[in-house]
This record gives sequence, C-alpha cells and structure tokens, in this order.
Amino acid sequence: MLEFPTWKKLWYWALTIVIALCAVPSLVSLTNARWPAFLPEPKINLGLDLAGGSRLLLEADRKQVVQQRLEGMEESVRTRLRQASPTIAIGDFSSNGGQLAFTVRDASQVDAAREAILPLTSGAGLTGQRDWDITVQDGTRFILVPTQAGIDLAISNAMETAVEVVRKRIDALGTKEPDIRRLGGTRIDVQVPGLQDPQALKNLLGQTAKLEFKLVDETAVPSDLAKGIVPPGDEIVPYADPTSPAAGGVPAIAVKRLGGIKGDELTDAKQAFEPKTNAAVVSITFNQQGGEKFAKLTTENVNKRFAIILDGKVLSAPSINEPILGGSAQISGSFNVQSATQLAIALRSGALPVDLTVVEERTVGPDLGADSIQKGVVAMGVGSLLLMVFIFLTYGRLGAYANLALVINVLMILGVMAVLGTTLTLPGIAGFVLTIGAAVDANVLINERIREERHRGRRVVQSVELGYKEASRAIFDANITNAISAVLMFAFGSGPVRGFAVVLMIGIATSVFTAVTMSRMWVAGWLRRTRPSDLNV
Amino acid sequence: MKLLKLIPDHTNIHFLRWQWPFFITNLLAMAASIVLLFTHGLNLGVDFVGGQMIRVTFEQSATAPVGKLRDSVDSLGFGEPVIQTFGKPNEVSVRMKLPEGAEDNPKLADGMARKITEKVRHDFADARVDGVDSVSGKVSGELFHTGMLALGLAMICISIYIWIRFEWQFAAGALFALVQDILLTVGMFSLTQMEFDLNIVAALLTLLGYSLNDKIVVYDRIRENMKKHRRMPMSELLDLSVNETLSRTIATSLSVLIMLVSLLLLGPDVIFGFTAAITLGIFIGTYSSIFMSAPILIWLGVKSDSFVKTETDIDRQERLAREGGARP
Repeated sequence: MLEFPTWKKLWYWALTIVIALCAVPSLVSLTNARWPAFLPEPKINLGLDLAGGSRLLLEADRKQVVQQRLEGMEESVRTRLRQASPTIAIGDFSSNGGQLAFTVRDASQVDAAREAILPLTSGAGLTGQRDWDITVQDGTRFILVPTQAGIDLAISNAMETAVEVVRKRIDALGTKEPDIRRLGGTRIDVQVPGLQDPQALKNLLGQTAKLEFKLVDETAVPSDLAKGIVPPGDEIVPYADPTSPAAGGVPAIAVKRLGGIKGDELTDAKQAFEPKTNAAVVSITFNQQGGEKFAKLTTENVNKRFAIILDGKVLSAPSINEPILGGSAQISGSFNVQSATQLAIALRSGALPVDLTVVEERTVGPDLGADSIQKGVVAMGVGSLLLMVFIFLTYGRLGAYANLALVINVLMILGVMAVLGTTLTLPGIAGFVLTIGAAVDANVLINERIREERHRGRRVVQSVELGYKEASRAIFDANITNAISAVLMFAFGSGPVRGFAVVLMIGIATSVFTAVTMSRMWVAGWLRRTRPSDLNV
Repeated sequence: MKLLKLIPDHTNIHFLRWQWPFFITNLLAMAASIVLLFTHGLNLGVDFVGGQMIRVTFEQSATAPVGKLRDSVDSLGFGEPVIQTFGKPNEVSVRMKLPEGAEDNPKLADGMARKITEKVRHDFADARVDGVDSVSGKVSGELFHTGMLALGLAMICISIYIWIRFEWQFAAGALFALVQDILLTVGMFSLTQMEFDLNIVAALLTLLGYSLNDKIVVYDRIRENMKKHRRMPMSELLDLSVNETLSRTIATSLSVLIMLVSLLLLGPDVIFGFTAAITLGIFIGTYSSIFMSAPILIWLGVKSDSFVKTETDIDRQERLAREGGARP
C-alpha cells in the first residue's frame, strides 16, 4: 500500500502538473492580464449566465412538415401522371386525414399509374424502407399513406435545413460566436453570447421567408371569396396588409393552387428603393434555374396578375406587363427600410423549411455575470481558507497533506475543464465550491480511520496502511452514488444545470486521484524519510 | 500541537435508545411537510409553470421599492406581478404569467417582457435589468416532468446500487432516509415560500448524493463490525458503528458547511436559493445519518450474520490474534 516506485511517482507528478498547467490560461483571464499569443490556450468557456447573452429555444411544428410533404407529393403525382404517355387522367383528388387519394379514370391505366408513381414512394434513406405505402381500393382508387419512417426522415431533413438557415441568418446579424444546435426531435437551441435585446433576432427567426409566386384567378367572384367559397383548384390567400393600396380594398384573393413557382432559387436579395415612389422594396436575383422558370411564368401569362406571397400572406399582386427575362425582380409591399432589410436577409439565407416558434427564452445582462464570477471566486477563496485551517487544526500533518491535495484538486478540475472545453455556468460555480467541501471527505475518512487504528494500539505505519485500505471502500461507494446523481442531472438537466453536473463529475474523478492517491504518496514518502514512532493525529 | 477533536475519543452515545422518539418526530415532520405541500404548495418558478421572470437590481438603493415597482408593472395591464427579493434586499425577481392566448401566438409574450423592462428602466433610474427568462407552458411542463423523473430515477438507481453492494435492508433503509431528506427539504421550501425552480431540483439531486455518502459510511462500518463482532447484539453493534463514524460524519458535514456558508454569505446572489437548499439538506441529511439510518436496519430485520460468508484480511488477523491469545 505504501510502496511507490519512482516511475509511478514521476508519472503521478507529471500528470498532475500537466493538467494543472492547463488551468493557467483560464486563471490568467480572470485577472484581465494578456495571455501570450504563441502559447496554446485551452480555456474554460463561460456559460451565457456568466458571460451575458441570449438563449432561444425554437420549436418546429411537426404537423406543418407533414402537411407540406403531402402537398409536395400531390404536385409530384399530378405532374408524373400528366407527363406519362399516354397521359393518365385522374379525378377526385383528396388530401384529407394525412393521406392522398385519387381515382384513375380509366381502369386499364391502373397498372401504368402505379408504375408511374412508384419511384416517388421509395425512401431516400438507405434502409430500403418506403416513404409512402400505395394501396388500390375498388380497382381504381389509389391511397397513398406516408410511412412513419418517411415522416421521420422528412422532419429530420427539415430540421437540418432549418439549423443551417438559422445559422446563416444569425451570421448575417453580425453577432459573435453563436452556438446553434439541434436539440431532440424538433427543437433548435440558439445561444448568442453578448446579445442583450433578442427582439431583432426573434423577428428574424420568426419569419419563415417562404416566397411564392402564384397566378391570380381572375374568374373568382369576390362575394364568394368573402363567404369563404373556394373556387376549384384555387386557394384563398389573405393580404399581409389589407389596408395597403396594393390590396385595393379586398382582404384576400384567390390564386391557383398549382403551377406557381417558389422563390427559393435566388442568388441574392437586398433592400432597395422603388425609383418613382422612393418606397422601400426588396430586390431579388434568381439563379439560372429560377430565372428560367420565372421567365417562363411571365412569358406565358402576360397581362395576367400574379400574387407575391410571403409566408402565406399576399404582399402584392402586380399584373405582368411584359415577360421578365433578366432574372431579377422587385418585391414591393408595405415595407419600411428595416423590415425590407430583414426580409432580404431572410430570403438570402433561404426559407425555413418549417415555421419556428420561440418556446423558451433567457437573457442575462452582462453585469450580472461578471458580478457572479467575482463573488464566486471570493466565496471559494474564503471558504477554502477556512476549510484548510479547520482541516489542519483537526489532523495536523495529515491535514496539511489533505490541504495540499485540495489545492491541486482545484487546479486539476480547472485544467480538465479547460482541456475538455466545458462550459462554466453559475450553478457550476456552486458545484465547484461544493466539490471542494466534499473532496475533503475522502481525507477525513482516511484520517479518522488512522486515528482509530492508532487508538487500538497499532503502529504508525500499519495504522496509515489500514486507514487508506479500509476507508477506500466507503470512498469508492460514496463517489459512485454521487456520480449516479451527477449523471442523471446531466442527462435530464438543461443548460446551467448541466454545467453543474459536469463540474461535479470532473470533481469526483480528480478528487479521488488527489485525495487518495496523491496524499497517500506524500504520507508514504514522509513515513519512509522520518520513520516516526508516533503520529499526532 | 494539540489537535482539535470535535467528538471526544471513545464516545458512546446510545442513539438506539431514542429510536422511537426520533422516528415519531420524523414521521410527524414528514407528515407536516406533506400537509404544507397541500395547503401552501410550492412557490414554483417560471421554469415549472411557464411565464416570464425579470430580474432587476436597484443599484443605488439599499432595499428595492417593491410596492412602487408592483404598481408600476401592474399599470401596464398584463396582470399583477409576483415580486420577490432574493439574495440581497435590493435584488428582485418580477414574475408574470404569460398573457392569455400566448401559447398560440408567442408574439403576445414578446411584447410583454419588452414593455415591462422599458417601463422599469423608465420609472426607476437605478434599475439594472439583469435578465429575462421566458418559458412557454409546453416547455415548463416538460421541465417539471423531466426534473421529477431525474429525482425518481436517482433514488431508484442509488438504492439498487446499495442493494448490490450491501443487502436489501440497507437499500430500503437508504431509500427511506432519502425520501425523508427530500421531503423535509421540499417542506422547508413550502414553509418559506422560497422560489422552487430547475436549479432547486439540481440541488435536491446533489443532496441525494451527499446524504447518501454519510449513510454509506455508516453502513460500511456496520458491515465491517458485523463481520468483526459476530456475537454482539444488533442494537449494541449499530450504536457502536454510529459512534465510531460520528467524528467523521461531523467533520465532513462541517467541511461542506464551511464551503456552503461562505457561498451563501459571499457568493453570487442568483444562486442563493440553490445554495440554501443544499445547506438545509446537509443538516437534514446529517441528522438522518446519525439518528435514522441505523435503527431502520433493525426494524427491517438485519441479522448479525448477514455478512458471514466472507472473511476479510482484518477478520483473519483478528481471528489469528484471538486464537493466538487463547493458546499462550
């Protein structure tokens, strides 16, 4: 128990010193001193509650993804069957109850129809699972039901895109080091250090920026629309701002559901001014593909009107005076410079595949964090000092070793945190202080045991040996139970609580090393050097 | 140097003699906690009920103008705020329920926080807004659910671990002690109406770990003594074990308390509730380690031969010593 070969001693010391050295950059940054640039700099990150900033938790609407997928599938199926040769005529299309259904008019084309839509239903994944199940009822009625695997994949893809779009939009705001990550199935966690007013960010992320151009159905009767009667093949879209001159006094217009184009094929979008009226507009430039589609739409529909629809609301419905072939267009609506700029950013970064809503928001001021760190350091300093005095008075020389272990433990926790790049949060500071108190427990156990063995009349060396040996069982069990609660805290906790759990876990590991292994090495060294006949404990 | 001894050597207090008075006191305290929970409830923070919390420090004032602040926020028409000081008398949290219909239209809640912070900054020149927390009803429900789940799982996992390492009676005893620790701590939160938020759940989890440290040390000693003193009556053996570990229990609790009290008095005010919960729990846990963890074992019928299967090195040494002593 008390034998330490030289290589072991060297190895322990080297490990201790290397880890403790990793704590130095973090400590230096506390004093506002500069860290030389040529040295490596592992540093502990400060959580938002210490650094100040905003955290938003965004949630996507699962149902919306499912609905969009259904609409996309309808469009694809219709196109496929129309383009098949010979064309397959269908009717009775319905998309109710989360499934698509249609009837093939000519019973002899059922097999051809199945053949035509089959490629649409195979999964994009590698598992070979289908995204859609096809069943045929009564000979001619096709039912397409989305499979769970297909839905999950669609949601997963939508979330991946959403994270990318969110990142682009936040980058466009020019904020520093945002942390954006997907959380669970349909959530995105956004942390922006230093951001004090998250309102602009929320506005930007709250905008889906799904831009569509759809043809206006001029045959629709306004009185029917007011009553909510939708002409076949149309949908009613409300005006974003019914009071604007663009709306012409009607709250909503009917547009053709299919055959429009989406505004996602853009290379650029920026805020501009309409030359005549000096009103703020957004000027967009299509990419090659989008430009061609836009040219085709405007060429085929000269003198008709098309509606510019943003997130399900009509911005304006200008008439097409001549084909627009240049691949760029202007979107006017009731914009001011700020909202036009925001829309431009949103369009540039692409549309969000799904609406995001803020379900949790936390903002911490910058002063509070600095204040907390300072107070945390003071509390830790004063507490440790008192604790070390108490331990020294109670256990004498053995207490001094325990205190040395304590100091090294603090440095090692900081070092490990820096190397792992963990985040220190406000509860983490409490975890730190608490870990110090608890780490001493191992030494208390050992020293009490040594004291007991001495009282039983054992010799010094044997007492120390037994002290470490018998106490180690309880130390082990106690640390395991602490680790259990720390792991559960990490698994179920969020943000700051996780920071606390991390500090606890690291503290458990380092404290066993310093309080048991290192202190034993020192005590053994002292026993060998002086061979004391008595031990004041 | 004369060393400090918190507990004199060879202390022999007959804890078990008072097992029934203590047990009845405990049951009464637990019952009181439950009654308190039903009558007063917990002062749940926005983490668990949803809503908005705005933290404000009045930098130039010794105490926060709570009444004036309430009128000021109330005049905005979002409903009456719950205003509470925490840490220092000049630091307050202003809590608001989410406006009607905010679940469907989150924009309603946006406006609220903004207007309140603007109003507070306008009405009070020295007000420093330290943070805004806004939690929707959906998320708060989940947070509450996962928090309780974590607590429950922690208790079960720890009990299973004790069961594996010791005997089922020890696990049951530990579980009882843990339930008691948690219940009494939560009862204190109900009594004082301190805010109960996500951090407090973390504090309770921490408490589970620490409270169990103590019990494990006592149990470990009981196990050791059971192997060592086969013929000793159980109650005497338990008393011996608790007494032998008493010095350690007190020293460790004191060490943790030294750190916690410095954190309470000097540390960040925002985590005052968190630190207070742990401090409170350490007291309750220490009490239950000394007075409760051992008697439960007798009631659950631990026999002094529960651990006779193995002979440790110590056993062997002692046996050889005894045998050696018997045949001089």
